[in-house]
Amino acid sequence: MTADTASFGDVVAARHRRGELVVQPRMGFCDPALMRQGLLATRAARAVTVGTITLDSYTRTGNHDAVRRALAVGTNLNGYPIVDRGPAATAALLRGVLSPAFPVQVRHGSADPRRIVSALLASGLHATEGGPVSYCLPYSRLPLRVAVDNWRRGCEMLAAARGPGREPHLETFGGCMMGQLCPPAMLVALSLLEGMFFWQHGLRCISFSYAQQTHAGQDREAIAALHKLIGRYVPAARTHVVVYTYMGMYPRTPGGASRLLAESARLASQSGASRLIVKTVAEAHRLPTIEENVAALETASAAARDAGWSGEAADIGEAADTGVYVQAEALVRNVLALDDDIGRALIAAFSRGYLDVPFCLHPDNRGMTRGYLDSGGRLHWAGIGALPIADLVDRPAEGRMTSARLLTALRFMERKFDGQAAMAEPVAATG
Amino acid sequence: MTRGRTPAAVVTSVFSDSHSWNLVYLELLLSELGWRVTNLGPCTPDERIVTECLTSRPDLVVISSLNGHGVMDGITLIGALRSRPELLTTPVVIGGNLDVKGGGSQAEARLLAAGFDAVFAGTGQLAAFRSFIRSIAAGRAAEEASIS
Repeated sequence: MTADTASFGDVVAARHRRGELVVQPRMGFCDPALMRQGLLATRAARAVTVGTITLDSYTRTGNHDAVRRALAVGTNLNGYPIVDRGPAATAALLRGVLSPAFPVQVRHGSADPRRIVSALLASGLHATEGGPVSYCLPYSRLPLRVAVDNWRRGCEMLAAARGPGREPHLETFGGCMMGQLCPPAMLVALSLLEGMFFWQHGLRCISFSYAQQTHAGQDREAIAALHKLIGRYVPAARTHVVVYTYMGMYPRTPGGASRLLAESARLASQSGASRLIVKTVAEAHRLPTIEENVAALETASAAARDAGWSGEAADIGEAADTGVYVQAEALVRNVLALDDDIGRALIAAFSRGYLDVPFCLHPDNRGMTRGYLDSGGRLHWAGIGALPIADLVDRPAEGRMTSARLLTALRFMERKFDGQAAMAEPVAATG
Repeated sequence: MTRGRTPAAVVTSVFSDSHSWNLVYLELLLSELGWRVTNLGPCTPDERIVTECLTSRPDLVVISSLNGHGVMDGITLIGALRSRPELLTTPVVIGGNLDVKGGGSQAEARLLAAGFDAVFAGTGQLAAFRSFIRSIAAGRAAEEASIS
């Protein structure tokens, strides 16, 4: 390890041992100077932070011609184009930013991470995130089998960068699939399975994501289930759980946005998670500024401190057990029985509908499952398709999904936290 | 054209955009308004959209994008669609969060100039979108009546 680098997982683990929740932005800027400024502001925030470089959508989709055209005419991309800026420029912007206490993770959303992994390693970084399922099904049109192969190679490249004092880190995005309306058992199962895939391809330091959904009690149960499954299925890995602040349609008022952020920080700290990916008050309107990101980090950090700390992973005894663990475990066990190679098992599971993400439009997702929100905000299965959990789920005699019902469900948290009924109707929902 | 044929719409995002809920919503909404919908999903390459339109000759193409690249990607896409003589007059609309600044009339003007029939930029556009859909359907009905 050189003096200015730190292993992402170790830094988070050290903070966790001290009872501190690490908070992290999604920040990404096209301009290297602004990206550097954003990282320095993240580091200087009155919060326990790690840094983020989020890449632009063209780099995510491997459309480097479009990146170069945009850069040539000075168009502002929606993130940092790490491949086309080149390692020298990225290393330069990181100089004096990386420190033993401040590692930086590259966030991207790509179903083919190979050039991104190569670029981040060449720039002196070794932490990133994603997964063969979570960055393919909702975020790409590549066939799942191609994404699995790309991610296998990406994992191998990252794992090969292991050196003295340098432990590459990879985070699953599987706990965030589609952002909302996916019953937690599926999120937990996918997060766990992607982490097992990373382990099988050489990663030893892995974080497992879970996105805050629509009911705090159900989320606590889900995170407890995730911790328990990690202990059971990936016991030798160095692991932590990362919670994402709600990823669906976000409150439009500053007060509502801050309240939802604070609730996610309480969820993370009280459920034994180690890290939180925040959202900002600007989320419902546009890409946030550096100042808005810093404010979000400080709000979340303060809320976590005030919430009190559960250094231990909350066990299911504390959270009411509504069956998230047994459903997730059944999904995982069923996939693992299909093939010793987890990548092949995932492909087989999706093709047979043993894994099936509600409302996901990808051609390799069967699309036979549906989720719905009850009046209290708990997520349930409305349809399970071929999922092997028929004996574990009570299904309602639920009415057909309509555009109005969908919008009501998508806006549940926005309305709850804004504390008022509909404001302006959007053309489109986020997710 | 058979009288009373169910109007057909293609719903899609653009190549760089991974958002799905907007497309799920639009599919449901258009279905309820009596349209047959082909939902191409997120991250659809321009060529795939052009091919689909040439094959199915939809009565409407709805592009929805939220990632802030919609102006750039939309202009490229509409160029690809309008370069095909068969698609010169196909109604094509775009909506969502179309640039990184949060909307703006300049962006809308550029998209209209590039060949879109309507632009629904930013939030609060759902009523306008519904009216537009009804006007398209009414226009089709009138056209069919005059032909038959």
